[in-house]
Amino acid sequence: MNTSYPSQLLEDAVQEFSKLPGIGKKTALRLVLHLLKQNQEDVHRFGSALIRLKEEVCYCSECHNISDQSLCPICQDQNRNHKQLCVVENIREVMAVENTGQYRGVYHVLGGLISPMDGVGPSQLEIESLVARVREHEADEVILALPATMEGDTTAFYIYRKLAHLSVEITTIARGIAVGDELEYADEITLGRSITHRIVYKGN
Amino acid sequence: MQISRLSILNFKNISEAELGFSPGLNCFVGRNGEGKTNLLDALYYLAFCKSHNNPIDTHNIKHDAEFFMIQAEIHTESATMEVHCAVKRRQKKVFKFNKKEYPRLSEHIGKIPLVLVSPSDEDLIREGSEERRRFMDMVIAQYDAPYMESLVAYNKALQQRNALLKEERLQDESLFDVYEIKMDMEAEFIQKKRQAFLDGFVPVFEQYYHRISGGREAIRLEYTSHLMEGDLQSQLKSCRQRDGYLGYTTRGIHKDELKMELDGYPIKREGSQGQNKSFLIAMKLAQYDFLKQHTGVRPLLLLDDLFDKLDSHRVERIIQLVSGNDFGQIFITDTNKDHLTHLLQKTDGTYRFFHVENGSITQET
Ligand SMILES: [Zn+2]
Repeated sequence: MNTSYPSQLLEDAVQEFSKLPGIGKKTALRLVLHLLKQNQEDVHRFGSALIRLKEEVCYCSECHNISDQSLCPICQDQNRNHKQLCVVENIREVMAVENTGQYRGVYHVLGGLISPMDGVGPSQLEIESLVARVREHEADEVILALPATMEGDTTAFYIYRKLAHLSVEITTIARGIAVGDELEYADEITLGRSITHRIVYKGN
Repeated sequence: MQISRLSILNFKNISEAELGFSPGLNCFVGRNGEGKTNLLDALYYLAFCKSHNNPIDTHNIKHDAEFFMIQAEIHTESATMEVHCAVKRRQKKVFKFNKKEYPRLSEHIGKIPLVLVSPSDEDLIREGSEERRRFMDMVIAQYDAPYMESLVAYNKALQQRNALLKEERLQDESLFDVYEIKMDMEAEFIQKKRQAFLDGFVPVFEQYYHRISGGREAIRLEYTSHLMEGDLQSQLKSCRQRDGYLGYTTRGIHKDELKMELDGYPIKREGSQGQNKSFLIAMKLAQYDFLKQHTGVRPLLLLDDLFDKLDSHRVERIIQLVSGNDFGQIFITDTNKDHLTHLLQKTDGTYRFFHVENGSITQET
C-alpha cells in the first residue's frame, strides 16, 4: 500500500506503530488518530510508560523474570519454597501459574524454547543458570511446565539431561482433559495421552 | 461403495454434467483433451478434497466462471450419503456431508476410499525415492493415524537437526543428542510400520502382477532402510561431522527406499513399457486390496488411460480381473469405444458408456 500522509509526524508515528506484532498500517493509523484526540497529559503518560519500560526494567537475577528490582517479589518472598523450581518459557506462564493460587514454590524463566530452525540454541536461554541454581541451592524438585509442542518437549528433554546427574526430582505438569470438557469432545491426542498417563484414583 | 449420481458445474472444462452411474463399469470415451481425465479428477476431488493434478484450487474453476461445484449421491450397503463441494474464487472451500459442513477438511478424507490408476503413476519408477516413500506413507496413513503423527514429529526433529548442522557457532553436542534420540524413537516406530505394511502388501502385489502380465519374469519389491543396519541414534551420532560438511542429514528413514526389480535388475533400467505399467497397476490393485481390508468397503477404482502402452492381452486380463466380484464400481477412460466394447462383452458385469466431447458428457444408449 502506497499511502501519502499529509504530515511527516503522522507518518512517522504510523510507521512505528505498524512495527508492532499484529498491527497493520490501517490499525496503526486508527491508533495514532485516537491518540491525537486524547489530552496532552494522557499521551505524555503513555509515552513515558513506554520509555521507562525499556530503560528501567530489569530481570530478576535469580529467576530471570521481568522485575523492577534485581530480585523479584516472588524470589524475595521467604514464605515460598525456594527448593522447588517451576521452569517456564516466559513471564506469561509465570502469571498463569500464579493466578491459579496453587503454587508456593519459585520460578525459573527460560526466555524462550530451543529451536535451531529459528536460530534459538540453548546458550541463548537461561538453561545454564538453571543448572547452576539447582546445584547451588540444592533444589529438591524441578517442575517442567513447558508447552506440549515439539519445541517444548525438546527443551524439556534437553534440560532433563542437563539435570539428570544431580540429585533433584524432575517432574512435568500433567496434561489432560480440561475441567468441564466432555470426553467425547477431547481431541484424540489429548485423550490418548490422558489414558496413557493415568493416575491412581483416590476416592474421597 | 457406489456413486449413483454426480453433478458438476464449472469444474475445469466441464460446464455442466448430470450423470447417473452403473454400479459396475462406467466407461468414458472421447478423444484426448476432451475432458475424460477431468471427470475422473472431479471424483478424486470428492474423495481427497483436492485435485490430483492441480493443487491450486482456483485453477480448477472453469476459465470464465466464478466457482465450481461437485456433488454426489453415494451408497454403501448400510447408508446413503450426499457429498457436496464448492470452491469460489477468493473464498474458502466448502465441503458438506449430508448437508452439514465439516469443521475440518481432514475429517472428510477417508470417507470415500478411492484408488486412482493414472499415467502419472510412472513417477513411482522414474523419480527419486521420495515418490515411493510417499506411496507407502499414503497407503499406511489411510488406516493408521498415529503413523502420520509420528512421521510429522520425525520430520520436525530432522529439520531441527539440519538447522543445527548449518550453524557456524560451536555446536552443542548434547542438543544433537536430544534430536537424535527423538528421531531414533520415531524412526523405529515408522520403520516397523512400513515393514509390516510391505510384509502384507508384497505377496498381494506379486499375485496381481503375474495375473496381469501372464509372464514368468521374476519381480521384486524390496524395502530397505538404514535402520536395518543398526540403531539410528548411533548412526546419526557417528556421522555428525560428515553431515555437518554436507549441511543435511544422510541417515534415517527419510532415506528409506522401495526397490523395484525385474529379473534381478532395477525396473527403471530393464523394464519394457508394458512391464513397467503392469508393475504399477499391480501396485495400485494391491493398494486397493489393502484399503478394502481396512475400510470394509470396496473402494472406487479409477482407471485413467489404462490402454496406453499396454498390449491387448494385458488389458484384457486387467478388465477380467476388475470386473470380478473382488472389485466394486469402476470408472475408466479410453479413446476407442470398439476396443472396450469388445472386451466388456466377454465379462458378465454391468456397464454403461458415456461420450465425452469438448467438456460435455452424455450417456450413450
Ligand atoms: Zn525472581
